[in-house]
Amino acid sequence: MAKKKNKKSSKKISKGQLGKKKETAREKMIGQTIGYRYDVNLLPDYSRITPFLKKYIEAMGWDDLNWLEDVHMGYEEDRPAVFDRNANGWVTIPKKIKLPNNQQDRDMIARELLVKFQMSPNHPLVDLKKAYRKF
Amino acid sequence: MANLKTTEKKTKAQSMGLHTEVLTGKTQQKFFNPDEAENFYYWGTYDVDFNKRTELDVNDMDCKEANKKIDELMSQGYGTIVIKNPQGKHSLGVGILNKLNLIFEGSLGYFGVGSIDGPTVRVNGRVGWSCAENMMAGKVVIEKNAGSCFGAAVRGGDLICKGSVGARTGIDQKGGTIIIGGDAGAFTGFMMQRGRIVVLGNVGINLGDSMYDGTIYVGGKIGSYGSDAIESPMTKSDIDWLKRKLKVAEIGEDFDVSKMTKVVAGKKLWNYDALEPTEKKGAI
Repeated sequence: MAKKKNKKSSKKISKGQLGKKKETAREKMIGQTIGYRYDVNLLPDYSRITPFLKKYIEAMGWDDLNWLEDVHMGYEEDRPAVFDRNANGWVTIPKKIKLPNNQQDRDMIARELLVKFQMSPNHPLVDLKKAYRKF
Repeated sequence: MANLKTTEKKTKAQSMGLHTEVLTGKTQQKFFNPDEAENFYYWGTYDVDFNKRTELDVNDMDCKEANKKIDELMSQGYGTIVIKNPQGKHSLGVGILNKLNLIFEGSLGYFGVGSIDGPTVRVNGRVGWSCAENMMAGKVVIEKNAGSCFGAAVRGGDLICKGSVGARTGIDQKGGTIIIGGDAGAFTGFMMQRGRIVVLGNVGINLGDSMYDGTIYVGGKIGSYGSDAIESPMTKSDIDWLKRKLKVAEIGEDFDVSKMTKVVAGKKLWNYDALEPTEKKGAI
């Protein structure tokens, strides 16, 4: 009996396995995912905050993650990505970055990468500002 | 221009001839560089020092002049600016896309501190309609009461009112956190799409009406629930986050958050299915 139970539990998709959820009949029919493939309402676990994010919060004069609380690791064409609202597009995570199988840790990595990208001189907004900034 | 790409795998809907193409190339394929430098500076913003403080009397200025003067002071490196005599003027402190410590010694009119991205603002008075509308990031603290549409279409950051607020608080909210120390009016969280609203007091009728997503926490009585707003059990994660947030907000530190009511979307209004109109057409 116990062996059978173990077999069953190993087949189940756990909550931590991101991007893998059972397709509904409706989703199968239309060939697209309805809704999000990760928890957009997940509240941040501050015990998992990275040293870089701590420094960023201090530099900005805030007490917590502020707007980054709404940043999560999502998907773009089946690859992990973060939505950059300043560039209005998904920014893909390179394959060489190994991601943990836990949304809290993945979200912290997403936040760190996004801030670094937005503050980089290579950000697309820099060229746009140079070209169109009025004041 | 977006490229058109034919899908290889046909779904049931596609084999029925309802949909044969998908649009790709709508986003730019950008990749993170993990070796990006840590510079803590957004290109094009002013490098201000929080310890460099100045005062600005806006008694004889209109909102355009006052906002230009704030920008000028930031360009000179002032990180803390105290605004004297705001006298309920409309649209003061709007469009600040910089880190800054901004203090208003008085009350603001309509659309105060709208479209901001980064500053920490304190208003030692009341605010009119649509305070901090379209706020992207930062922290705004209102010491007294606020008018209707408080935090309309907020996208990020923390918006705090220590007093009570009018109707339609957080209407069309797309992110961030709104915290109310007192009561909130009707249609709080109307058409909310994401983010969090915390009300320590009572709320009026139609709470969370037509909300698509997001979370509302209420400490007092609820007038009535709006369409598709349902109650959900509080989790440990909710309690831990609320305790932390109320401490940051400087209100309700001793408030028993475990007794709050959590309201979420029932998701019956979810209609993200882009194929539905085509299918409907086929059915007719």
